[in-house]
Amino acid sequence: MNIKRIFQSIFSNVLAWVISIICLVPLLLIIVNSLKDKKAAADMNLQLPTMPLAWENFLTVIEKGKLMTSCVNSFVYSIGSVVLCVLFASLAAYVLSRNQTKLNNLLYLYIVLGITLPINYVALTKVLMFLHLNNTRGGIILLYTAMQLPFMTFLIHGFVAKVPVELDEAAVIDGCGSVKLFIHIIFPMLKPAVATATVLTFLNTWNEFVSPLYFLNTTEKWPMTLSVYNFFGMYFKDWNLVCADILLTSLPVLIVYLLGQKYIVSGMTAGAVKG
Amino acid sequence: MKKSKIYPWYFALGALLIYSVLFVLPSLIGVGYSFTDWSAYSDELHYVGFENFKTVFSADEDYLKIITNTLSFTFITTILKNVIGLILAILLTKSIKLLNMHRCIMFMPSVLSTLIIGMIFKSILDPKSGFLNTFFRSIGLDFLAQKWLVTSELAFGSVMAVDIWRGVGYIMTILIAGILSISTDYQEAAAIDGANAWQRFWHITFPLLLPTLATTTVLNVIYGLKVFDMVYALTNGGPGKATTEVLYTAVFKKFGTGQYAVGTALSSVMFIIMIFVGSYMIHIMTKNEVVE
Repeated sequence: MNIKRIFQSIFSNVLAWVISIICLVPLLLIIVNSLKDKKAAADMNLQLPTMPLAWENFLTVIEKGKLMTSCVNSFVYSIGSVVLCVLFASLAAYVLSRNQTKLNNLLYLYIVLGITLPINYVALTKVLMFLHLNNTRGGIILLYTAMQLPFMTFLIHGFVAKVPVELDEAAVIDGCGSVKLFIHIIFPMLKPAVATATVLTFLNTWNEFVSPLYFLNTTEKWPMTLSVYNFFGMYFKDWNLVCADILLTSLPVLIVYLLGQKYIVSGMTAGAVKG
Repeated sequence: MKKSKIYPWYFALGALLIYSVLFVLPSLIGVGYSFTDWSAYSDELHYVGFENFKTVFSADEDYLKIITNTLSFTFITTILKNVIGLILAILLTKSIKLLNMHRCIMFMPSVLSTLIIGMIFKSILDPKSGFLNTFFRSIGLDFLAQKWLVTSELAFGSVMAVDIWRGVGYIMTILIAGILSISTDYQEAAAIDGANAWQRFWHITFPLLLPTLATTTVLNVIYGLKVFDMVYALTNGGPGKATTEVLYTAVFKKFGTGQYAVGTALSSVMFIIMIFVGSYMIHIMTKNEVVE
């Protein structure tokens, strides 16, 4: 019995390692090959790069791939949509959760249904043109906000219910208006949900490239994910450069993931598991 | 004090406005445009009735293949992600060393950009010099070194495999949370009664995990029907005629060629399907929220 236990434990540990390695191989390939010269990277294998490391790949990529512009764009889009999305989602979630009239419950379902609905990108061009938002940075930020409002509203709505209503009542008795109540009492209490929403919105926006693909037709406005794909099309023979570009584009995501893992996991599993 | 005064309706206005105008409105007017001959080549619009839908559902075009592709992609990836995700979740709720590190690594592909993952796997799956085939050859399994993305028999399977690699960690994470929410009392009681590990799984863990599995299934279905990034990056619908084409890549191609009316008709077909799938999903999600 005991030997069987030990054997099982070894088996589980080895299996876990094998799967983890399968998950890591692509990332390792990118890291290793971003530090090789063109010839060595052509094979895209896991052999360690020879000294001296080819750090200049990164400089070449930043210059040739115009990474500075697209990096600034990505940050503008991500931060812009985080601010708008988190603000509007928490305002809506708060009111719709606290004042549950028939109409408000219906409005909540209407918003939340957007989690699953597909976007009609073709017809969206008409709307964007009508609003003069086509091919503009503001339009893309608003679009990302619209796409993510449903889930973030759902996420924060579940959390508002846990904030005791007695807080609101006490504040109102002390003469607090509704705006002040939200800013000074409620919003600070929503911190964990807001943190999760912030991290998720940031990551989603950073990784998304479909909307820019449809609606941004000038390269100066492209975010990093789209310009890395474009770069890949032009330099597909220089895997060292492509890897360097991929690594730089993924770096913010990896950093945010490692720092905010707790928030990401709690957000992405929200509503999926009871209690 | 009146509730509507403390919680004024206009707080929800921003969200409702942005969501309605940029998300719901396009879908609705998109349905309207499906009945016209809207294209990039003419400024005039004419009503054409069900002409575009006839095109979409006619047998001589590729659209039926595209719709079946989308459905089989959804069906196969949903089942495999659930099965593999469940195995991983069971594995990573055992007493394993460095448990959190393993969980962190296996979840990681879900946060990376799908487009970038597609690019990396295009290199890994390259038939001649790709990492996978080189690896198979180096350990003497030459027969496994296949032409992954470029032949019509293997292309769709390869795309699905990469997508499973990408998405299974997310499903695993949800299922881990589901398993951990099951009280250990049941397991202990069954163990005392002499139930073996398989019996404990089949008669206790699995039935109690069914609601969570329902959720992961619906999440996978929604993702599968809307899949775009992975197919776009790996094969862009090829090789050959519509081998791996799915709904959203077809819509994008129609957009590119200026055939807006057919593009919006395809989107509308999806919109109608998703309203039904989506309502069921929302039903499950909001039900859980109430239990919370």
